[in-house]
Amino acid sequence: MIRSITQQKSEEEILRLLEGLVRVFIIGCGTCVTLTHTGGEPEMEAMKEKLSDKGKLITGGVVLPVACDNLTGDALSKHGQQIAQADVLFIMTCAFGVQTVARQLKKLVVPALDTLFIGKETALGQFDEICLQCGACILGETGGICPVTSCHKGLVNGPCGGTNNGKCEIDSAKDCAWTLIYNRLKDLSSLDAMRRFQQPRNHQGEPKPGKLVISAS
Amino acid sequence: MAKSFKEALESGKFVVTAEVGPPKGTDIEEMLHHIDLLKDKVDGLNVTDNQSSVMRLSSISVSHIIKEKGGEPILQMTCRDRNRLALESDLISANILGVDNVLCLTGDYITVGDHVEAMPVFDLDSVLLLKTVRLLESGKDSGGNELKGAARFCAGAIVTPEANPIEPQLLKFEKKIKAGAEFFQTQAIYDLDNFKKFMKYARQFNVKILAGIVLLVSSGMAKYMNANVPGIFVPKDLIDEMAGAEKGKALEKGIEIAGRMIKTLKDENICDGVHIMAIGKEGKVPDILAAAGLA
Repeated sequence: MIRSITQQKSEEEILRLLEGLVRVFIIGCGTCVTLTHTGGEPEMEAMKEKLSDKGKLITGGVVLPVACDNLTGDALSKHGQQIAQADVLFIMTCAFGVQTVARQLKKLVVPALDTLFIGKETALGQFDEICLQCGACILGETGGICPVTSCHKGLVNGPCGGTNNGKCEIDSAKDCAWTLIYNRLKDLSSLDAMRRFQQPRNHQGEPKPGKLVISAS
Repeated sequence: MAKSFKEALESGKFVVTAEVGPPKGTDIEEMLHHIDLLKDKVDGLNVTDNQSSVMRLSSISVSHIIKEKGGEPILQMTCRDRNRLALESDLISANILGVDNVLCLTGDYITVGDHVEAMPVFDLDSVLLLKTVRLLESGKDSGGNELKGAARFCAGAIVTPEANPIEPQLLKFEKKIKAGAEFFQTQAIYDLDNFKKFMKYARQFNVKILAGIVLLVSSGMAKYMNANVPGIFVPKDLIDEMAGAEKGKALEKGIEIAGRMIKTLKDENICDGVHIMAIGKEGKVPDILAAAGLA
């Protein structure tokens, strides 16, 4: 399952964002941020302690089952009084959760996390970006390996000169996406796919902000 | 040089290019000195484009200066800092300044340089940039719009004969040729046997290959490149030769080695020319040419 991959902001930035705000209600999430250990129960308890040490008054906290869900407003209503007492909602979810809460409640929100990418856990404790959602999928010509996502430069017409024994010059622990693609296409006797020109990407394939309306037919 | 770079390439002579690195700042005195020193001794002078992702004077402005001084600039253009709109605009702008040789590069990644938080663009890649050059020559831009006056370029690219694995690199080399590359300047080569193998393959294509010659200044530099620069391999005998240089004479030894390599490449007709990169030692290029018997 793809997940929203997050990282906690630095203590310095958190304190700057909470400057002048004393009473804090904390919101975590039981889904992606629990998996990445950035906004589950243990992280929320640690954060309560950390903020209390810095002189904040914690009015309460809750780990929502799925913060980006439409039912988030209902789930939070059970904590109405604690939320009403708070100066700020300090939200330990991904940016989707932060925005969902902000839409439901007329309350200042401060994110505790930075949302890094949409990815999955590929090994214990390791999370990798799988799809950039570029809106112009070329996986059919790259043996199912995405260079737009997994090449640092997002190159679509073959490797740069920085391939280092099959690894990437930017990250020696990372396989060169184009070496992987070459090996895969060679195994599948499909190297002609690599000889074809890929056109410049249509950046309106991924319009900003992304929006899709499925019309009822 | 009276001849244009393109004429030199087509003349069948052994072509020599060198490189000018624009400075970081507005004091261009030293760079002007290097241009004056080199412009009449080589067939083309590459001007690097924010080399190694370090912000410097633009390659277009320095290429223009070289042209004004009567030299033959080879404008290096990378895809790291500009989208296709800016690249196309800069290409035709270079053209009206008299700059009509271009080396199309993807560019180093942004984090190796000195503006690590900047956005890496890579809207195009080296292959697509070559195609874009040819498109502008057809009188159109990549939006399909008519140009008022088409562009005209001698366009080239780079190839890394020591890349590992080499096969994907060669597929891209062939793609660059199909996209319109007329010449290639290679990443630094030191192992002539391996380079000969590459040339045996490359000779089947109608493109000119200029071997990359990077001046060695110490055995430590050679070891450092082997360990840290993908696509560069300095064989042990050359490292030993550098290490064996008399104290204080390592640079002279490096010049001797570069000159010897160039002479071999020319005398044995291995490739069509050389591209000399004497990074930070541009003033030594005439000595390298002399050591190669080309002065």
